[in-house]
Amino acid sequence: MSVTSHDHQEIDAATGTATTGHEWDGIRELNTPLPKWWLYIFYATIVWALGYWVVYPAIPLATSFTKGVINYSSRAEATAEVSQLVAARAPMVAQLAKASFDDIQKDPKMLTFARAQGKAAFGDNCAPCHGTGGGGSKAFPNLVDDDWMWGTGTLEEIQATITHGIRSSDPNTRQGNMPAFGDGVLKPIEISAVADYVRSLSKLPVDQGVDLKAGQKVFADNCAACHGDNAKGNQELGAPNLTDQIWLYGSDKVTIVEGITKGRGGMMPNWGDRLDAGTIKALAVYVRTLGGAR
Amino acid sequence: MAHSGSAGLLPGQKSMTLGEMGLAVIAALSAVLWVIITANAWTPEYAFHAGLFAIASVATVFLIVNRYHARPAERPAQEINGKPNYNFGPVKFATIASVFWGIAGFLVGLIIALQLAYPELNFGLPWTSFGRLRPLHTSAVIFAFGGNVLLATSFYVVQRTCQARLAGDLAPWFVVLGYNFFIVIAGTGYLLGITQGKEYAEPEWYTDLWLTIVWVTYFIVFLATIIKRKEPHIYVANWFYLAFILTIAVLHLGNNTTIPVSIFSSKSYIVWAGVQDAMLQWWYGHNAVGFFLTAGFLAIMYYFIPKRAERPVYSYRLSIIHFWALIFMYIWAGPHHLHYTALPDWAQTLGMTFSIMLWMPSWGGMINGLMTLSGAWDKLRTDPVLRMLVVSVAFYGMSTFEGPLMSVKAVNSLSHYTDWTIGHVHSGALGWVGYVSFGAIYCLVPWLWNKPKLYSLKLVNWHFWVSTLGIVCYISAMWVAGIMQGLMWRAYTALGFLEYSFLETVEAMHPFYIIRAFGGGLFLAGAVIMAWNLYKTIVTPAEEIEAGVTPALVPAE
Repeated sequence: MSVTSHDHQEIDAATGTATTGHEWDGIRELNTPLPKWWLYIFYATIVWALGYWVVYPAIPLATSFTKGVINYSSRAEATAEVSQLVAARAPMVAQLAKASFDDIQKDPKMLTFARAQGKAAFGDNCAPCHGTGGGGSKAFPNLVDDDWMWGTGTLEEIQATITHGIRSSDPNTRQGNMPAFGDGVLKPIEISAVADYVRSLSKLPVDQGVDLKAGQKVFADNCAACHGDNAKGNQELGAPNLTDQIWLYGSDKVTIVEGITKGRGGMMPNWGDRLDAGTIKALAVYVRTLGGAR
Repeated sequence: MAHSGSAGLLPGQKSMTLGEMGLAVIAALSAVLWVIITANAWTPEYAFHAGLFAIASVATVFLIVNRYHARPAERPAQEINGKPNYNFGPVKFATIASVFWGIAGFLVGLIIALQLAYPELNFGLPWTSFGRLRPLHTSAVIFAFGGNVLLATSFYVVQRTCQARLAGDLAPWFVVLGYNFFIVIAGTGYLLGITQGKEYAEPEWYTDLWLTIVWVTYFIVFLATIIKRKEPHIYVANWFYLAFILTIAVLHLGNNTTIPVSIFSSKSYIVWAGVQDAMLQWWYGHNAVGFFLTAGFLAIMYYFIPKRAERPVYSYRLSIIHFWALIFMYIWAGPHHLHYTALPDWAQTLGMTFSIMLWMPSWGGMINGLMTLSGAWDKLRTDPVLRMLVVSVAFYGMSTFEGPLMSVKAVNSLSHYTDWTIGHVHSGALGWVGYVSFGAIYCLVPWLWNKPKLYSLKLVNWHFWVSTLGIVCYISAMWVAGIMQGLMWRAYTALGFLEYSFLETVEAMHPFYIIRAFGGGLFLAGAVIMAWNLYKTIVTPAEEIEAGVTPALVPAE
């Protein structure tokens, strides 16, 4: 490419526009004017921005900033929206806080409100462990059935569980542990035997030739104290019913052996520290709606 | 030194240049320093990195000495027979590296997309968890893939449009190899859990320092090449490259002003506190988009589209106005990432209004790219490479309309923190940055390896359609998912309670996450087709490519 080719303007045949006369590695440029629509929209956005700066906070000053003619503040806006919401809910919230569970159940309007508030609080606080529908998962109880580990599913009992938690730091927490029988209490063969026996209580198949009598003896000596002679459990201690085919951790033998050997002790926080009493009341009503009492 | 008069090279006849000697000595000293750090590092992860630095330092000394022994005594000529003696070695390296890192980055992207749909794929291991793979994906695609494309094209374009050999002898190689070493350190660091937790600026202080050295060298090489140009004017692509290189240096330094705990520790602390740190972070973050992913790739557009279309650039005046407007406006737009946060309202206002004013400057680039096709639109039917380049500009126009829209506070209150943002980013990343890069690479490889054309245009066509389908699946899934997510978050019941829990919104995302992963998989598949095509272009003799024996070799389609 020779130097003389520079600054030699010519008319581009396809567009009829003049080139600038520059050329780089074969690339030339047309001298097309700025598209009018482009320019006017660009100006319009600038004018709009200047106007916005007058109306809204925009210019930093030494210690503050211009507030704009409408004195807008995003924080004030958010606070106002939240207060509005709180104010709208306030009468019902106050009513709910004073009402007993009996009052709530008798008043359809209050019951509807409590369920709505409970559902929202459940989604934010309980769903991460118990599932959005309360269906639970391994180690986290299903709240949709009517099988209760603690109490019989009365509103007061559910409220107590939510407020104080299970094996939590609250002095009134629900307490009771499945000990680790593998720590020198039972021999592996005994644990295996009792696991087979427990499975048989739920009518689950056991291996042929298994001596269920041996397992039954181990059960009577070690497990019956909490789970009961008939293995129907004890809701005072949180000892589950072992005959109902509902399993918190799983019904396969490996999982049962693991539970007996290492013990179990799932934890639920004491929500009394985090949620107000009215919300917990609403949660109790909502959870009760899911499963129902015995 | 007496002239011996004999043929051949006696060792005494050639001597090391100052650059060779100097760099070898510095690398040797660096090796000693890093051995000491390796021995005293507080954590095994940092010791591993220090060891890599030591090995790289030693390797540098060997490479310089070997290269010295292998090279002729004469330094490479600036011109041969009156034509510039271009230095394309570093360009070739960066081109291949970009394809390699591109596929790696797309693959990691696909893995984390699947992890979002199926969390079990985290495998419960720290180094395979989403938290570590996500920065690996973003850095691999932006800095490793995009960065190597920018290195390759900038070193190519600056030489061709200045009619001058790349400045420096070792320096261009130092830039390309040093940059790729930075990528290795950054990427392995993420997997090992070394991060300063700043989005798109995750590498720790020592990696940042290394990148600074490499980047300043890059700037000097680029600028020195422009200074010794044979052309009277500087081509528009080079303005954009220069703006990109300079601004990235400033952003990098501003957002990585950290104080290391010790030279023997990988950990450092940023000097900015609280919301000021957040502001600096998004000033950096948004301009990484503005200058790395926009200005740099606009430079690519300004060379490769007119070159491939064989048409003049549409408007010289538009290129000037939109260049300066873009450069001036972009740098203010960062605060729109921090709407409705602790950031003062005045800064949010400026971030939003400058984003709106940025709309037309961005579209100036789109107009110049698309309208350059005037008089050559018919080539879109026959040339899938040009089609890729042009579609990239269309995606650029779409993303730069969507961006200002999302920066409006009322829209942002719906879109912020949702997958709409992810969709927006990927329409820009896959559609604009990805396609303009693929188009440029498809042009570059035959030029660099002296082939008459690509091995198979049919495969380019396949790449185009497979990945276009992928992009459409990706961004439409994210639009639907994001807007749904935003609407679910703000939905209230008649009694004044939130309609949906956060978990329910997560569950609702699931099908869209699967569609997104499918789209990402198609995009990756397209890139693999490209890699095969490029490989065959490089290894197939020029005569065979010219003869067009390729269709029979096309794999199952």
